[in-house]
Amino acid sequence: MATPTIDSPRSGRVSPGYSRTSSSRGNFEMIAWLFMRLSGAILVVLIFVHLYINLVAGDGITGIDFGFVAGKWADPFWQVWDLTLLWLSMLHGTNGIRVIINDYADKNSTRMWLKGVLYTATVVIVVLGTLVIFTFDPCPVIDGVAHVADYCPAP
Amino acid sequence: MSTETVEKEPASKIDLGPEVAGGEIPTFDITLKVRRYNPEVSDEAHWDEWQLTMYGTDRVLDALHKVKWEHDGSVSFRRSCAHGVCGSDAMRINGRNRLACKTLLKDLDTSKPILVEPIKGLPVEKDLIVDMEPFFQSYREIMPFLITKGHEPTKERLQSAEERDRYDDTTKCILCAACTSSCPVFWTDGQYFGPAAIVNAHRFIFDSRDDAGDMRLEILNDKEGVWRCRTTFNCSEACPRGIQVTKAISEVKQAILTRKV
Repeated sequence: MATPTIDSPRSGRVSPGYSRTSSSRGNFEMIAWLFMRLSGAILVVLIFVHLYINLVAGDGITGIDFGFVAGKWADPFWQVWDLTLLWLSMLHGTNGIRVIINDYADKNSTRMWLKGVLYTATVVIVVLGTLVIFTFDPCPVIDGVAHVADYCPAP
Repeated sequence: MSTETVEKEPASKIDLGPEVAGGEIPTFDITLKVRRYNPEVSDEAHWDEWQLTMYGTDRVLDALHKVKWEHDGSVSFRRSCAHGVCGSDAMRINGRNRLACKTLLKDLDTSKPILVEPIKGLPVEKDLIVDMEPFFQSYREIMPFLITKGHEPTKERLQSAEERDRYDDTTKCILCAACTSSCPVFWTDGQYFGPAAIVNAHRFIFDSRDDAGDMRLEILNDKEGVWRCRTTFNCSEACPRGIQVTKAISEVKQAILTRKV
């Protein structure tokens, strides 16, 4: 009786869930990891100064109104500050959620859907926020009527 | 992150004081609960329980032996050297990954049942035996062997004590899989290389005699590589050899960064 030969004893033994199918040799994950650390450190400064200026300095929390925001965004310094804050916090948060989805979603289809919703939300918020910061008009004219506050130049 | 909060085990219940003369070993009763699974009988796993009288010098492995040899011969588990060197008997004891041969019963809370389960994240084959193939597949991929360039020296490859010290910690690995199977990232994503593979890559990356560090760093720069580590420290806590696993992973991250940036 001939001895049966087994071609490749190990083949098919490892369930496909464990095999790294697509080997991504890019640096994306490394850059994402580095970005989280750097943006995190910058965000600490950006957020606490933002909170102090808005909630503590001057009249404190009672001083916040349309005029206060308008006044801040008339200054290019605060425009850049708030833009950086918006972009860094949105990208930092999005990447954090992306990582959580990767860790906790079991199925590839679930991952794809959750990330789709996440990226759409991010793009909408970032684009909208950027537009608001740069197109903000503190003295809008609506239907021919100028909404004049005391800080607006006389029409 | 789903780090498991494990209650700290109370200090030893049975004190082997100086009054214990040679040969006299105190005994105590324990309840051993073992997670049983046999795919030839049922797809469902269940718990089996035994009351055993054990000695103060006994380990969890001795309790398992007692069950297998005197109560139920069908209980299946791996063990080879039984002295903490071969790394065959890593299992989940009272919710923590440890070696059954290094865990003394007197150090566990003997007033409650002692729970023994297979390590998590790898397919269970029978009872406490898991399929280690995915684990070893990752290990093989990081090329755990010396790769050199140039002429072979006529004598041995010299290395200073400091150079040897650089990777001393990661030479201690016994490939028991306690770290990889305690990693919450590995539980949900079996494609992650896992702490053990990274530890063994670290052992060669930081070896001054090895010339393939860049290749290994490139392998671990994968999307399933070191960047999946969330530094939950489960691996460092689980390691029966006391390897600072999370530290080793961070050092590999640093090495990739300094090479690329």
